Amino acid sequence: MMRDERLIFEKSVEGRIGYSLPENDVPEVELESFYPVELLRETAPEIPEVSEVDVIRHYTNLSKRNYGVDSGFYPLGSCTMKYNPKINEDIASMEGLAQMHPLQGPQSAQGNLEILYNMDKYLSEILGMERVTLQPAAGAHGEMTGLMIIKAYHMHRNDSKRVKIIVPDSSHGTNPASAALAGFEVVHIPSDERGCVDIKALEDILDDTVAGLMLTNPNTLGLFEEDILKISEMVHGCGGLLYYDGANMNAIMGMARPGDMGFDIAHVNLHKTFSTPHGGGGPGSGPIGVVKELVPFLPVPVIEKVNDRYILDYDRPLSIGKVKSFYGNFGVILRAYSYIRTMGAQGLKVASQAAVLNANYIRKKLEDLYEIPYNRICMHEFVLSAQKQAKNGVTALDIAKNLLDEGIHPPTIYFPLIVHEAMMIEPTETESPETLDNFIDIMRQLAIKAQEDPESLKNAPRTTYVSRLDEVKAARTPVLRWKK
Amino acid sequence: MKSSYIPMTKQQQEAMLSAVGVKSLDELFSAIPEKLRLKEDLNLPKPLSEHELKKHMHTLAQKNSDTCENSCFLGAGVYDHIIPSAVQHIISRQEFYTAYTPYQPEISQGVLQSIFEYQTMISELTGMDAANASLYDGATALYEAVLLASRFNGRKEVLVARSVNPEYRKALYSVLKYSGITIKEVDFNKEENDPAGKSGTVNLEQLEGKLSKDTAAIAIQSPNFFGILEDIKAISQKAKEIGALLIAVCDPISLGMFESPGALGADIAVGEAQPLGNPMNFGGPLLGYFAVKSPLTRRMPGRIAGETTDSQGRRGFVLTLQAREQHIRREKATSNICTNQALCALAAVSYLSLMGKEGLKEVATQCINKSVYTYQSLLENRQVSRVFDAPFFREFVVKPKIKPSVLNEALLAEKIIGGYDLTAEYPELEGCWLVAVTEKRSREEIDYFVDKVNLMCREGL
Repeated sequence: MMRDERLIFEKSVEGRIGYSLPENDVPEVELESFYPVELLRETAPEIPEVSEVDVIRHYTNLSKRNYGVDSGFYPLGSCTMKYNPKINEDIASMEGLAQMHPLQGPQSAQGNLEILYNMDKYLSEILGMERVTLQPAAGAHGEMTGLMIIKAYHMHRNDSKRVKIIVPDSSHGTNPASAALAGFEVVHIPSDERGCVDIKALEDILDDTVAGLMLTNPNTLGLFEEDILKISEMVHGCGGLLYYDGANMNAIMGMARPGDMGFDIAHVNLHKTFSTPHGGGGPGSGPIGVVKELVPFLPVPVIEKVNDRYILDYDRPLSIGKVKSFYGNFGVILRAYSYIRTMGAQGLKVASQAAVLNANYIRKKLEDLYEIPYNRICMHEFVLSAQKQAKNGVTALDIAKNLLDEGIHPPTIYFPLIVHEAMMIEPTETESPETLDNFIDIMRQLAIKAQEDPESLKNAPRTTYVSRLDEVKAARTPVLRWKK
Repeated sequence: MKSSYIPMTKQQQEAMLSAVGVKSLDELFSAIPEKLRLKEDLNLPKPLSEHELKKHMHTLAQKNSDTCENSCFLGAGVYDHIIPSAVQHIISRQEFYTAYTPYQPEISQGVLQSIFEYQTMISELTGMDAANASLYDGATALYEAVLLASRFNGRKEVLVARSVNPEYRKALYSVLKYSGITIKEVDFNKEENDPAGKSGTVNLEQLEGKLSKDTAAIAIQSPNFFGILEDIKAISQKAKEIGALLIAVCDPISLGMFESPGALGADIAVGEAQPLGNPMNFGGPLLGYFAVKSPLTRRMPGRIAGETTDSQGRRGFVLTLQAREQHIRREKATSNICTNQALCALAAVSYLSLMGKEGLKEVATQCINKSVYTYQSLLENRQVSRVFDAPFFREFVVKPKIKPSVLNEALLAEKIIGGYDLTAEYPELEGCWLVAVTEKRSREEIDYFVDKVNLMCREGL
């Protein structure tokens, strides 16, 4: 294959165009007399001058240097890289749904409002919550929204001394970052020897300065918090609220619900659990559900149904306000809506069951060659450690890079932080046993090679468009843009 | 139950259960306390086949009336621009849209290079030194900018022009509420006796009066919410004198024509890049852009792609400056953002590549020509009156003889989506109407719109 490393800018030819616009059919405005001259741009921005075919070839070639779920197995733990059904893409661009202006008013948007209203209902049912806001654009954004609600709730009760949010040490980095953004002090609690929240440690820090606890369940080790009812009882007992990080909701759809566990707020990632594509990093969608007591604090607007018409309700005095423009990532919500409607209650449950079975199957087939720190029945994912291999100089990173040469996207590595040489494996339900067996074979071969010929694993990947990249250089002398 | 998305057969399931060493699926869930396990199915509508889903969604779509069916004269932050066909084809490449965040750079060069190109184009448009890989939307980009400014200079007050998009200001109020940062708003000139008359621009006297050593940043928008261009340079001088940062919210299409905020002295440029090749999507996904001058680069929120070399010395790209981010810094991160709007950024970079220097300028020029033509045609008939007297871009304010809410309803019956009613957000502009005209509107559509407005205003409703 011929390498073409050029940027789109380096393909620019002066005077070439790639657009087709209608002729201007109205009188021309004389710019220099309409605008103060100093406001007009002196030098045009360096936007490339290329033809349509140049653009298509350029980005098609770039796409070939990328790996998506449609390319192959993507067991990236914590990210739920399940297959993205194609019908959902068609629905998202369906005429009459996508080409809507957000401010055109409820009168001409009844169809979209009905979708949002029903989506609120479906997600409320799945989470066991009273109402859901679809406004947050991603999981972290949902966390921030939930924490703002916790803050608003305590302030409304004139309980201003509650300044702390408790976060387990195994949590996603977004949890403490979101808590800080909502103006809380973050307190970490350790995990116990079973990989769950250390109840004793929790007991020690619970007092009337605690605003709430954020918990990922199943946790980032892929384990269900067995003491979950005790935890929620304890936190509620001291007057705190419970936030459920639902990034791992794919494990328990139709099996159990955060609301029933005593949680007050829960987010879900539509771009994980509900099959919407990740887009190479986004857009996502992170709706949050809340219990009845917290409904008044939800962001505005809330969509209500009055006499069979859907309205946008902004008149909510206790609302935290807005966390972004408009009503959420509607295009993403449409895909998730389609998914829920095609799966139904049983389909969602079967998906979670298959996801959990797949994860346990891989775990079982690798447990003799890799160390599995908390080795018991897991939920939709599990964490193994490459510590055994690391003793021979083969790290989790090396194993990951060797998987690239086998055409597999590596698991999440070096997370959660509480496991050394961590590899977090989440197969999802959309992978066949044949795919899992192939992955297991490869992982086993790598473990054997790590024992017999560790040096042979140090130079991967060899088959990718680029080999290992110098990240230190990138950070030390940042080059963040092209310059002419 | 069988699903086309779940390949495991019943037989395989049995074999796998026995490989795991459990007797049933239920046993896999034994860690869930018995009383929490659902005994019945969730209460959800029964599943639909693909065909049935399409029919169902089509029924819902028919309850809408979209911008394909109607001529759209509504903007207010989200705009109905022409999107070249090639954009959808590029973002529909599965290698792009079904990929996760590029954590494994060797198999993510496509996304990483496209982000690098996007960062370059945003930097070029805004006249800034660096841009990030995207934020959720313009509103979230603004609050991130204010948080950055306050962290940077340790000051705890921000002056925000009331001519900044009200949706953005609302998100700013919510998010800053418990941050310890106070928001002070600055009015716009709207009366004869205001410092700049009826210009619709930031009231500089008031701004100066509110500036202090506590001011972390001034946030303005240009073209502002009323479509009017602000004097960024004059405001940046005031900011500099007192050591505050200037945050400019700018529309990217307008930057094909007007001087960049960077060249005029802004320190941070943020805004909504939806007009660059992204559909309106009923308000989401949108595309927040974020660009800064170099002293602020390492404090930016969100993902950033950087150039480097591989072990054979070839050019490649990685996510960089990650020490700022939540997965490493946790509560000390510059932001909590993780997932962003990568695919929308890819649409933007595709759009800009297709339009090129010339095309972008042509879009801006047609927006000017068509909006000015609409404005003058409306005024000529004396059924709407002038509100501001300054030059605008793509969007303008007028006051029709009848209430905008009533007018919009009547226009909808004529297959027109009318302008934005300013009454609720700006009581001082009661009855005023914000009309947007992009390159997508033909003269025929404009003339029809103007005729209908005249007729409705003249005859009353």
